[in-house]
Amino acid sequence: MASSLVSPSPTSSFISNKKDLGFSAFPSTSQVAIRKCKKQVSKQIVSVMAPQQSERKPATTGSVKTGMTMTEKILARASEKPQLSPGDNVWVNVDILMTHDVCGPGSIGIFKKEFGENAKVWDREKIVIIPDHYIFTSDERANRNVDILRDFCKEENIKYFYDIKDLSNFKANPDYKGVCHVALAQEGHCRPGEVLLGTDSHTCTAGAFGQFATGIGNTDAGFVLGTGKLLLKVPPTLRFVMDGEMPHYLLAKDLILQIIGEISVAGATYKSMEFVGTTVESLNMEERMTLCNMVVEAGGKNGVVPADSTTFKYLEDKTSVPYEPVYSDAQASFLSEYRFDISKLEPLVAKPHSPDNRALARECKDVKIDRVYIGSCTGGKTEDFLAAAKVFLASGKKVKVPTFLVPATQKVWLDIYTLPVPGAGGKTCSQIFEEAGCDTPASPSCGACLGGPKDTYARMNEPKVCVSTTNRNFPGRMGHKEGQIYLASPYTAAASALTGYVTDPREFLL
Amino acid sequence: MAASLSQALYLATFTSSASKPSASPISPPSIKVPTFSPLTVQPLSSAFTPNVAHVITLTPHATSTPSSIPSDTSTTTFHGLCYAVGDNIDTDQIIPAEYLTLVPSNPAEYEKLGSYALIGLPSSYATRFIEPNETKTKYSILIGGANFGCGSSREHAPVALGAAGVKAVVAESYARIFFRNSVATGEVYPVESEVRICEECKTGDVVTIELGESRLINHTTGKEYKLKPIGDAGPVIEAGGIFAYARKTGMIPSQ
Ligand code: SF4
Repeated sequence: MASSLVSPSPTSSFISNKKDLGFSAFPSTSQVAIRKCKKQVSKQIVSVMAPQQSERKPATTGSVKTGMTMTEKILARASEKPQLSPGDNVWVNVDILMTHDVCGPGSIGIFKKEFGENAKVWDREKIVIIPDHYIFTSDERANRNVDILRDFCKEENIKYFYDIKDLSNFKANPDYKGVCHVALAQEGHCRPGEVLLGTDSHTCTAGAFGQFATGIGNTDAGFVLGTGKLLLKVPPTLRFVMDGEMPHYLLAKDLILQIIGEISVAGATYKSMEFVGTTVESLNMEERMTLCNMVVEAGGKNGVVPADSTTFKYLEDKTSVPYEPVYSDAQASFLSEYRFDISKLEPLVAKPHSPDNRALARECKDVKIDRVYIGSCTGGKTEDFLAAAKVFLASGKKVKVPTFLVPATQKVWLDIYTLPVPGAGGKTCSQIFEEAGCDTPASPSCGACLGGPKDTYARMNEPKVCVSTTNRNFPGRMGHKEGQIYLASPYTAAASALTGYVTDPREFLL
Repeated sequence: MAASLSQALYLATFTSSASKPSASPISPPSIKVPTFSPLTVQPLSSAFTPNVAHVITLTPHATSTPSSIPSDTSTTTFHGLCYAVGDNIDTDQIIPAEYLTLVPSNPAEYEKLGSYALIGLPSSYATRFIEPNETKTKYSILIGGANFGCGSSREHAPVALGAAGVKAVVAESYARIFFRNSVATGEVYPVESEVRICEECKTGDVVTIELGESRLINHTTGKEYKLKPIGDAGPVIEAGGIFAYARKTGMIPSQ
């Protein structure tokens, strides 16, 4: 492993000095400029917990002042080190550890086994436990797992536990939130400059707040529960510069599908993805979350968006904890830089069975579908439902296939029923969905995003074709192994519901 | 050498954090701080050369550290039938979400988890990884392509493979969290191959992996392949995961 650090293999796909990244259906307009990695890769620390990577060969120019990327700076602060470089392994102080009902019981089991039955967690205020995955099911083990979380939180006096007891009516559970990544943001646990670890691969969503956030396993989480620390390897950063005015028919989901299609599902493996540019600056917080949510679908370790006035405004009424944002230095080294002119992008989908199987929505117009699913941490936030409602409103028509709506959290559910949709004469999303013939918005949870127990609402129990606003379309992801999932933005999903075929939302959003 | 370096890391952080004010009224589980200076650690040579004696000489607290420091992986070999899969085998195929309610720290559920390993593979895989009504696989070596274990962070994935009887996975590359989880749990050795072995080895071939030699031999075809060295992940897996390793090397107190 050490040898891979110091004698990198030159097979990385980012070696070329210029690479054409034109959009699939357009003449190549965008180009990527590759900057040389100026930093010396540390040779003294070996990797214990990360796969061997074909690191870039450190240039030997010997720069005087070494700048750091956002991710490097956050990890430097959390490890109390003045300077870090990609490849360094450091013990990092964790600000927040999040776990949920699927991985929580396992993490707790490991914590107790390793630190003792009566061990105390490292900090009762820094652990956030959010049941969200298998909630509205009669599956006994699933229900038992939430009980394990409850007992543990009581024992340890965990401050932030978003419990659910009455499964028949989620509204009777004021503490219950729903999908962890959205709840973390809504409850003010995501803060610029901090380190957030979670036992869920989409923990990277929180990078939208300019923090380091990544997914870990149960054993690592058990370790963090007891110590508040974890050994992490500093990832090199890929920078994505997105400029240009975002066309009104695009959403952040299109941007990230474009990027994953470009770099593939392994293109950012072990790397950090930093999103900057005028387009990114124009995105609201929920859209930035969508962008960062899917970095793991490119193999990324974390994604970051620099915090700005949009971030600070969002946080205003959500947290009183002081935070300190950090930004990439002007001299920071990026492994490579990609530039996109977003004004030229078209609505996209990822075809079965891989998130990098990119196609233009209009290229798939002959694909007949059986259902549409709008939900999850990627596409089940308030802005996502507002977007879908906008398409239904513009068309004034009814959906042609069953359309399932699963709000991510209780707050999103409430927004669907109370927020007036802009330009709808005071109508709420729920009214628009009802008029369009969608299913009634379900109880907030992960729902069928990951299949789950057989009785999960909207689970694909038969081999159907589904357009979904979720993040993964691997075989079996939403239930049936032969099911086909087209990942799309809420605009494209709503447009497809209206026609019964994969549909470019420009057909309705004129 | 791996052990000593990691200890140095531990020292660096755990001592410096002692002065950090904690908001919590509850004291964390005690962490043993090694008392040696990290300066005694030798710079790592560029090639991984297992050197047990060297590690022991650098271990400062003989009283708390078992003398059986995780041995090097030079003699570790695996021999058995292999099962070959393709690229991008994600965690939904390794262990579908409906089985995630099984808690691996419970022995009965651990066993059960193993019986569902790779049940999510599409039906195009005519030979199933685990025969109906069996709980273990007869294939102790799994061979995959690129980006093995992508998808969710579920530790159930390497655990299910380990519980089913898999000793090592040999793939062209791994998704980050799968690799991390394999090492942290010590369930399976995630070994990387230099070439796409998954296209040359067929399910049912008899293979041997020699970790020390970084070599895979397919006895059925008579071919040999080079593997990338497992490096410092080796001793961690051999110890049985991150906790066992941390204890063996005195990073956290033994129970
Ligand atoms: S909504 Fe889907 S992707 Fe998001 S946390 Fe839940 S299961 Fe995972």
